[in-house]
Amino acid sequence: MNTLREHLRVLRETLQRLLLTPGASLLSILVTGIALSLPVGGYILLQSMQTLDARLGTKPQISLYLAGGMSAAEIGKLGDRLRRHEAIEAVEFIARDAALKQLRQSTGLADVIDGLTQNPLPDAYVVHPKSRDPATLEALRNEIQAITGVAHAQLDSDWLRKLEAILNFGQLAVALLAALLSFALVAITFNTIRLQILTRRQEIEVVKLIGATDAFIRRPFLYFGMLQGLLGGIAAWLLASGMLYAMNAALGELTRLYASSFNLPSLSPADSLSLLAFSAYLGWLGAWFSVSQHLWQIEPR
Amino acid sequence: MIQFNQVYKRYPGGHEALKNVSFGIAEGEMVYLTGHSGAGKSTLLKLIAAIERPTSGSVLVRGQNIRSIKREAIPPLRRNFGLVFQDHKLLFDRNAFDNVLLPLQICGFDPREAAKRVRAALDKVGLLAREKANPIALSGGEQQRLCIARAIVNHPNILLADEPTGNLDVEYAHEIMAIFQSFHQVGVTLIISTHDEGVLAKFPARVLHLKQGELQ
Repeated sequence: MNTLREHLRVLRETLQRLLLTPGASLLSILVTGIALSLPVGGYILLQSMQTLDARLGTKPQISLYLAGGMSAAEIGKLGDRLRRHEAIEAVEFIARDAALKQLRQSTGLADVIDGLTQNPLPDAYVVHPKSRDPATLEALRNEIQAITGVAHAQLDSDWLRKLEAILNFGQLAVALLAALLSFALVAITFNTIRLQILTRRQEIEVVKLIGATDAFIRRPFLYFGMLQGLLGGIAAWLLASGMLYAMNAALGELTRLYASSFNLPSLSPADSLSLLAFSAYLGWLGAWFSVSQHLWQIEPR
Repeated sequence: MIQFNQVYKRYPGGHEALKNVSFGIAEGEMVYLTGHSGAGKSTLLKLIAAIERPTSGSVLVRGQNIRSIKREAIPPLRRNFGLVFQDHKLLFDRNAFDNVLLPLQICGFDPREAAKRVRAALDKVGLLAREKANPIALSGGEQQRLCIARAIVNHPNILLADEPTGNLDVEYAHEIMAIFQSFHQVGVTLIISTHDEGVLAKFPARVLHLKQGELQ
């Protein structure tokens, strides 16, 4: 109870101290917010690309386009042969009429399709191989290509692998950016607290003389760093949300043209909490470094 | 309560502030520390308050040796003291009330109980009407009394006063000494450094006289 009251008192005093220099406080909070909003924005972009990736399914598949003029029996026999193949997990038949219907529904090309006199699409099998290894897949593709009745076998894993590589690269870039900017935040807080310690030097000396513990002296500075970090985190959240809102508005236009719905997700509650906790922690860390670096130098004489 | 045994204090550069000082002060005793400026009075008080450590010899305060005291043990030790400084060491970013409140905040006092104690201490030094004033608006004598209020608010066992009447005229000086005398009467151990002959004559007590770092 005693300690709780003491912590509340320090919190209140810290808030007062922040409000005492509103300009400087606001600036520090904004700098923190901007610095953090960059990796947060990058993180959201990556996340949305990953959900896109997952929706498409990263499992490679081979599309088999069949030659025209095959009878239903021939097509069925080819399917059975594929199903018996030991390297193949599953086989899916897509009839040319069904394919056309799907195309008509999912794109805005209904007018064009209605204008066609005949269906230009071939019958197709979609083969799901067991392996994910590129070399094995390539060999399987060649093998299937050679089967009579197969006009063309296409391995669909290439662009997915490229996407994965890009995502990995993006993740690394965002992680590096976050690490660098976090370091900058710690440094900013370190300096802010150093200046505070210097201006409150006399007070520190006096309270040491009348029996204040190190923890008592440290507390207001740690609170200040933490509070500034937390407010910076809130600023980052607001900035990132604002950017998302603007980007979603623009994306809406774009995706409508591509006949799909795709939205950048907003930060989940868990991610938002992590952001706030992390930024508060960074502020606390900077203050802690500063305090342990400078406080012991101040001894009453 | 306080025991000095063959204490030497040498500063970097070779200046010897205290030479072979030995004495004891019993609980509830009132003692004057006299001598010219530079005789080592302040150094001696700093050793008692663990602001400095002796170069050799032992300084025992409430059974703890200042020479080897651990850093963590210093704050609890200092809470037994009331310190009155020649330069007051008041904080000008808060009013008189908050200055006196400081030692109680450090100990984590209940705010209502603390407020009562602060007002009692301010009343004792005759500054109750000035609790809202910033110390910078107070006269030299009032500042000194405010410093005393801060020193006693915590009900210390030991009061250390470094030239408490140093820059004050006789009337103020006697007022402050009367306050000290009243603490002595309730059992507080008092160590007052002074070179004010008038005070010594009017409020007699045991005298420790220092001359060039040596006890006479």
